[in-house]
Amino acid sequence: MHTAAQELEFETVVGLEVHVELGTRSKIFCGCSTAPGAEPNTQTCPVCLGYPGVLPVLNEQALAYAIRAALALNCEIARFSKFDRKQYFYPDLPKGYQISQYDQPLAHSGWVEIEVGGETRRIGIVRVHLEEDAGKLLHAGGVVDSGASYVDFNRCGVPLIEIVSAPDIRSPEEARAYLEKLRAIMIYTGVSEARLEMGQMRADVNISVRPVGSTAFGTRTELKNLSSFRAVMRGIEYEARRQWEVIRAGGEVVQETRHFDEERGITLSLRGKEEAHDYRYFPEPDLPPVVLTDEQIEKIRAGLPELPDARKARYVTEYGLSAYDAGLIVRDKAVADFFEESVRQYAKGPAGAKTLANWVINELQRILADRGLELGQTPLTPAHLVGMLKLIDEGTISGKIGKEVFEAMVETGQEAAAIVKERGLVQVTDEAELAAIARQVIEANPKVVEDWRKGKAAAAQFLVGQVMKATRGRANPQLAGRLVRAALAEVTGVTNE
Amino acid sequence: MSATTRLSAARLNRLFLAGELSATEIVDAFLSRIGQVEPQVRAFITVTAAEARERAQRLDSRRKADGRDLGPLAGVPVAVKDNIVTQGIPTTCGSRILEGFVPPYDATVISRLQGAGAILIGKTNMDEFAMGSSTENSGFFPTRNPWDLERVPGGSSGGSAAAVAADECAVALGSDTGGSIRQPAAFCGVVGLKPTYGAVSRFGLVAFASSLDQIGPIAHDVADAALLFSVIAGHDRRDSTSAPNADRVAQFQPGPDTSLAGVRVGVPREFFAAGLDDGVRRAVEAAIQHLGSLGAEVREVSLPHVEYALDAYYVIAPAEASSNLARYDGVRYGYRSPGAESLLDMYLRTRRDGFGPEVKRRIMIGTYALSAGYYDAYYKKAQQVRTLVVRDFQQAFAEVDVLATPTTPTPAFRIGEKTDDPLAMYLADVYTIPVNLAGLPALSLPCGRVDGLPVGLQLIGRHFEEPLLFRVAHAFEKTTTHGQARPPLDG
Repeated sequence: MHTAAQELEFETVVGLEVHVELGTRSKIFCGCSTAPGAEPNTQTCPVCLGYPGVLPVLNEQALAYAIRAALALNCEIARFSKFDRKQYFYPDLPKGYQISQYDQPLAHSGWVEIEVGGETRRIGIVRVHLEEDAGKLLHAGGVVDSGASYVDFNRCGVPLIEIVSAPDIRSPEEARAYLEKLRAIMIYTGVSEARLEMGQMRADVNISVRPVGSTAFGTRTELKNLSSFRAVMRGIEYEARRQWEVIRAGGEVVQETRHFDEERGITLSLRGKEEAHDYRYFPEPDLPPVVLTDEQIEKIRAGLPELPDARKARYVTEYGLSAYDAGLIVRDKAVADFFEESVRQYAKGPAGAKTLANWVINELQRILADRGLELGQTPLTPAHLVGMLKLIDEGTISGKIGKEVFEAMVETGQEAAAIVKERGLVQVTDEAELAAIARQVIEANPKVVEDWRKGKAAAAQFLVGQVMKATRGRANPQLAGRLVRAALAEVTGVTNE
Repeated sequence: MSATTRLSAARLNRLFLAGELSATEIVDAFLSRIGQVEPQVRAFITVTAAEARERAQRLDSRRKADGRDLGPLAGVPVAVKDNIVTQGIPTTCGSRILEGFVPPYDATVISRLQGAGAILIGKTNMDEFAMGSSTENSGFFPTRNPWDLERVPGGSSGGSAAAVAADECAVALGSDTGGSIRQPAAFCGVVGLKPTYGAVSRFGLVAFASSLDQIGPIAHDVADAALLFSVIAGHDRRDSTSAPNADRVAQFQPGPDTSLAGVRVGVPREFFAAGLDDGVRRAVEAAIQHLGSLGAEVREVSLPHVEYALDAYYVIAPAEASSNLARYDGVRYGYRSPGAESLLDMYLRTRRDGFGPEVKRRIMIGTYALSAGYYDAYYKKAQQVRTLVVRDFQQAFAEVDVLATPTTPTPAFRIGEKTDDPLAMYLADVYTIPVNLAGLPALSLPCGRVDGLPVGLQLIGRHFEEPLLFRVAHAFEKTTTHGQARPPLDG
């Protein structure tokens, strides 16, 4: 049977629920440390273990961080919010309920802007609320066939914020851009390191599809606990396609929770709507409501740092960078800080900033991406980059050698001058030496010389390249070009412009 | 019977500080009394004889060494309800599910008792997880009323009330969620105070219904109740619901003045309706008349919504209980059913075998009341009723300073009389429950006897007006003899 859907293009509709661990030193309701990497169950106490008789006490720093993050997401902060209990049984949830916020969250009605394919879009933030994390299960063997399971309660009570987006996201690329923007904002505001690989940021993805042009939402499914940008993108890609195929085949999408199997790249049904949890929320009687004054909120707002969008705009106006380049730099706070400090040390104004931006984007970010490193994991400092640029400006090394030196600095942390000296990378500017090399190159390439004789000016470029090669890139390119042309004119009697 | 065990806590403390009685002598006297009467009364789950003797010896040495700052309860043996956690001493909550649980921490009230020099003499029996009005729901054994061993001591702090009444301790701590201090105090002929919500830290009180629970004193007389209260009350940063001004409520010094001139006593007519035993009514009405004779101005008031309080309570308390009791899952401490084949099976068996019938009943009621689709009809509606009850009290307290009511509709009932009829059992707390819903302080004190069984007068005050309750109760006690009677227990 043919349906209208078969002929139509479809549109993917995505909403994300993102959990971010707040970087407080102690847990949200007790004084236990939150330092990662500790031996299992060494950072626990009767409170976070839910022992009989104990009571939660809200960590003021966690509250302040949550407000800070919500303000950075352009949210309204509720003057009155409260905690609720979300009930379910699981061995890593010691109290049998999670203290969270339900109908009166800390913050709501925010937004962030993302840029995908040159287009800027605003993604709504429905709410931001504060809650405690659960522990972790470790299975000996596989989940199904393991003989034993162990519980690590260290993570119990680590403060989390949950950021719920509106269903405004339309593609895997937008989902990625949104997550990258959230991550940048968390890092800029200092509320979290938001390391995905450490579970400090994790996403649940709600996905539905509909024919292009339709405004009604389709039935959605939820993918739980995705912990990489790649998994989010692949999960959306697969699940949207799956849903559309169900619809094209005349079927109906079932509202359910699904698991994304990263190895196989497919989604699998976890539980249906009928088996959905009934969390039996009710107000947490052990914690008074959170009542905030305008002064408290404004004080936190005043302490907000410059956020990525503002920084990007400033780079455009202050340094004349393109919006695209500025965007590439600010998305990683550490890189942007590196860039700004380099600009300050280089002290050559907007022109210098542009040069630095090129180095940061084309070299630094490429090297980091290639090696899967963060800037902080390298010994590179702004002084390194600036020192190297000065060698280029002085003509001591060529820009091309600069790239080699730069890579060496990232690896070794040595100063540019030391690397240049140690590796003998000083630019060859000796006319006599270069002229001799030019003549050798001409002799070795009679066919190219013949091209030149026939009036092909580009032939000289090839020969200059050979000179650079012969000097392992150390020849001054301008000088080499002049000497090659002079030697060609001498040998052939032809001068090409 | 040793005369020592009949002394008040205040007097024991004075004699100890003066060097006339050593703490060791005091403890030995009470341990001996426990040895005599405990086989009949069975008030204790755990008697901490060794710990009490050791502590007594240390107190004696400290007194001899310098004798200063020993505390207002120094040398006084205190019994503590077994839902209050004690470091190194098993805490069972009257439940099998906490079998083997030895807390690594003390409740705040325990630290405060210790700071005041008190000697913990044992952990008292109770209805499992404080659910019940007779101490028959204990997971271990029922406690008996010292006035009539065929009758219940009330509940859920029945062990604490019976221990005080039987002179097995000088004073005791109980907990009161819907009347669990006042009702057994009334049944056992002793004084019991349910403090203002937030006046006493709940840290270390094993939660039953968190928004209603409060720890309070049980004593032979008002002065002792006030003394114990002054030690345990106060702000605690480990309890977020602890009131910042909790420290000031502890101010009461019993004096010779028994005049109640200027005190307006309200008598809520709804508390004297159907269901009230005639003998209890007569005793309470006489007591209220007596308050008038001391100069109080007595007038009738109305609390129109209290008739719904019991219904609201039996939604809210089980709802919170169902949540608070979810942590007993067999994973970290206490009882774990052996032989489970899966995780779910382990949860199910552990909870099936570990919890008694009343606890299961309330978990099911609470789970149902909170579940999707029923929340509005039950939990939310109950909270609305709660608000109406609070307003009733506010309006009454605009007219009067104290409310006087019966504590219970009947005197102590027979063991087994109501165990098959939970609804009848729930009615035992009909006069005490509204107070918990409103978070008010209320005190029960003996005001007479019916057929040899004690009757309790309940005095209800405004938030943090415990001192006024003590003043009124003290005046009543000083000008009557009801409080001096002791149960006819063989010893």
